[in-house]
Amino acid sequence: MPAATETRMKALYFAWVRERVGKAEEELDPPATVATVGDLIAWLSRRGEGYAHAFDKPLAVRAALDRVHARSDALIAGAKEVAFFPPMTGG
Amino acid sequence: MATVRVQRDDFDPGAEAEGLARGRKDVGAVASFVGYCRDEGGRLAALELEHYAGMAEEEIARAVGEAEGRWPLLGVAVIHRYGRIAPGERIVFVAVAAAHRGAAFSAAEMLMDYLKTRAPFWKLVIGVDGAFEGWVEAKADDDRSAARWSDAASGP
Repeated sequence: MPAATETRMKALYFAWVRERVGKAEEELDPPATVATVGDLIAWLSRRGEGYAHAFDKPLAVRAALDRVHARSDALIAGAKEVAFFPPMTGG
Repeated sequence: MATVRVQRDDFDPGAEAEGLARGRKDVGAVASFVGYCRDEGGRLAALELEHYAGMAEEEIARAVGEAEGRWPLLGVAVIHRYGRIAPGERIVFVAVAAAHRGAAFSAAEMLMDYLKTRAPFWKLVIGVDGAFEGWVEAKADDDRSAARWSDAASGP
């Protein structure tokens, strides 16, 4: 039995991910079965049409955990902030 | 000594570049780059740059740290603007000071390649008629340019 962990985290969405989800940020409280960034994307995708649209091509969406780039297999345990965004186009 | 700024306001690239050498006797080279907003043949009215405040500064600082670990640098300045930017206006600035030009040129190029692919900024195109024209898509070329610097074989 794993120790009870605080999974509540702040989610931020940027650019067309933000537009499709319909909000710039929200609080998330995913179930314990959601272990990785990829799990979180799958879980979010089931929350509604906007989310499903935002994440319909999971490889087209990048993520960061606590402001550091994270791959889809990165563990979310302990993260306070998760962000989802398209590939970057700065510079 | 590195300066990293993410700001809405314009900047003075000459003063920023000169600032890396002023009062120093060890700097032999300052290489700088300025990125501007293009009008794309008259179709683009402006870019709206969105960014992830906090991570943008931190990610640029990480890239500067990598450059400093790779070349003997004497100073780095990176400025990236956000918000509405019209054609002809400056968007981004990178300047690197070193004893010799090789390190300065290479580090400036690496920093720009990293900014393009890793710094959390997104460009929205506003068309000349005010119509929404959509988000700029990431270019595979930019990924290839950035990948050069993580290839151990291409190290200095």
